[in-house]
Amino acid sequence: MTATAATAPAVGNDPAGTGSRGTRVLGAFIAAGIPTLLLFAFALSPEDDSMRDAVRLLYIHVPVAILTYVAFGLTAVASAGYLWKRTRWWDTLAHASAEIGVVFCGLTLVTGSIWGRPTWNTWWEWGDVRLVTTLVLFLVFVGYLAFRRVPADPEVRARRAAVLGIIGAINIPIVNRSVEWWENSTLHQRSSLTDGNLEDLTLFTWFLGTVVLGAAFLWLLVHRFRLAWLEDEVERQGLASALDERRAEARSGVEQAVGGPVEGALDPRGDPR
Amino acid sequence: MVPAVDLDGVVTLLGRYPALAGISLQVGRGEVVLLQGPNGAGKTTLLRLCAGLLRVESGRGSVLGHDLTADRRPLRRRVGLLGHATGLYDDLTVAENVRFWGRTSRADDAAMRRALDHLGLTSKLHDAPVRRLSAGQRRRTALATLLVRRPELWLLDEPHAALDQHGRDLVDRLIGEAAAAGATVMLASHELERVAGLSRRTVTIAGGLVVGDTGAPGAPVADREPAEVADGA
Amino acid sequence: MVRDSLVVAGKDLRVEWRSRILTNQVAPFTLLVVVLFGFALDADTATLRDTAAGLYWVAVLLVAVLAVQRSAAVETADDAHQRMLLSGLEPAAIFLGKAAALFVQLLALEVLLGAAVIVLFDVSVGNVALLLCTAVVATAAIAAAGTIYGVLAVGLGVRETLLPILLLPVLAPVLISATRAFGDAFGRVDADGWAWLGLLGSFAIVYIVFGLLAYGVLLEES
Repeated sequence: MTATAATAPAVGNDPAGTGSRGTRVLGAFIAAGIPTLLLFAFALSPEDDSMRDAVRLLYIHVPVAILTYVAFGLTAVASAGYLWKRTRWWDTLAHASAEIGVVFCGLTLVTGSIWGRPTWNTWWEWGDVRLVTTLVLFLVFVGYLAFRRVPADPEVRARRAAVLGIIGAINIPIVNRSVEWWENSTLHQRSSLTDGNLEDLTLFTWFLGTVVLGAAFLWLLVHRFRLAWLEDEVERQGLASALDERRAEARSGVEQAVGGPVEGALDPRGDPR
Repeated sequence: MVPAVDLDGVVTLLGRYPALAGISLQVGRGEVVLLQGPNGAGKTTLLRLCAGLLRVESGRGSVLGHDLTADRRPLRRRVGLLGHATGLYDDLTVAENVRFWGRTSRADDAAMRRALDHLGLTSKLHDAPVRRLSAGQRRRTALATLLVRRPELWLLDEPHAALDQHGRDLVDRLIGEAAAAGATVMLASHELERVAGLSRRTVTIAGGLVVGDTGAPGAPVADREPAEVADGA
Repeated sequence: MVRDSLVVAGKDLRVEWRSRILTNQVAPFTLLVVVLFGFALDADTATLRDTAAGLYWVAVLLVAVLAVQRSAAVETADDAHQRMLLSGLEPAAIFLGKAAALFVQLLALEVLLGAAVIVLFDVSVGNVALLLCTAVVATAAIAAAGTIYGVLAVGLGVRETLLPILLLPVLAPVLISATRAFGDAFGRVDADGWAWLGLLGSFAIVYIVFGLLAYGVLLEES
């Protein structure tokens, strides 16, 4: 498991933190990138001929939407990786990616809705394929996170969650297709990038938004991953002491056995469950 | 010949709790082994582990030649586990329960009838829904669902519980016959004087480890350090 | 494997036949849902007729949640949730068996529900073949997905609350497709019902194949 060594924080030296030089550099980049993005989005880039100022929201909306699909795709890949390798590295990655995916998915829906109000003159448009697909996806992965919160044997939960994560991804094309046929009249922008009528500055701002938000996604992912990893590490330390405690019970059990037949409840915990 | 049960430093977790703390145990084919120990010692967990229901966290184990980390499903067909829950379908009748378990292991109708007769479940009871049975009758029906599958390894958790004198005698006879037919039996029981006659080997369990064994190959281990027993965990 | 799955399906149907949970509790509930829709939509027959297809499939999904819960509960009653594991059967066979039993039960409830909708909402069926094919394929899809999700929470003790939020979003495409196809069969919407049926079919195939492959992973409890 070489990947583990590469990504896992040095627990011995800095057990309380999830930062590293890499994430601090990334964080500094994001800290500088977001004001720059806002500057370009609100001041420097021109307003759109048809969308007017609403176009500025797309510098957030489109990257966030793309990253949502990246995040859920990553969850599905990591879930498959878990079922294949059965190591907690993959499981932790799937979980971390899904959590950030749900946040980004929520942001996609909210920014899209706010953008739709002035542009389409409605908060919500049932006929739009991507909108409805994204909503269903949001609900599916909210369910996934709910399942991950269920108290259970960690390995059983990881296995079942992996199946859930894969189903969630399989579902994307089916939902997309069904909504597409459902209302053929989509309001959604055909990819504005391919139209070729975007101004250079608009294109640059959009590109900047993708890079900055992509960095933010990565930064969140690394921190969330390391946090989950450390949590697990703590529980694993608990296991070592639990094992010692359990063996101590055996020692007192021997003393009893030597003295006479062992009867009655020695174990103060009672039923191990 | 492969031993029926061969465990070496097996740790098994129930959630985060190490119910088995590095247990090592060998049981030969055809042996009848009595497990004793305080409540919470890990007897039930050990039986469920041997049935292929639980994951091996660390250590190494095989039952009837099936590796417990890789090969648990084919093992389950060959063992008969009687746990605290009887595993019966309440809405089905006695005969239907036995028939279902028989069908899942390719037993024929004659085997099902024999199993019912053997546990003293008369034809009057065959069509009674399990829901209406007494605790003892349920227990006997559960044993019949195991018997019909002809397990090579019987794993019995307190088999005498909830039974009347007649039922207890039936269980004793069942264990004797299983052993005579070459099957292996592991039973956990508090009723030492009752089962003493059935088994020549008593394994004492405490804290998820074997702390005493009257029949292990070599010297008695009752005075061995548990830390030593747990080596390899 | 087919033989084993028939044994499992036969057992589930027999349990249902004896316990009568679906006939005594779930079936009346389906009728209740139809009546509630009638109240909610103001006894306006024209509206009811237009929305009958959608209301029908919403009702089916609600009923499906109950039936899936029941199907999982059959294996977990008496604190014996490892029952199916101990059977030693191939997980794929168990999946097929439980899905088949669920399919039969849902189809029976759908017939009842369909009769209620046709009578109470004054719907006339234009295309019977499309209606029947849609019902069969959509039910297969629901049964397959439901069987997968039904086993997810087994042994975790949270089945009742977890199942709907996991299952219902996944069934959204079934709801959309089956509603369109029924709408076409009722002659209420201008849609190509057979194309929707094709989409339903692909959904069903995906979930059946997925269930055959993944059920073993889900069934293990340790």
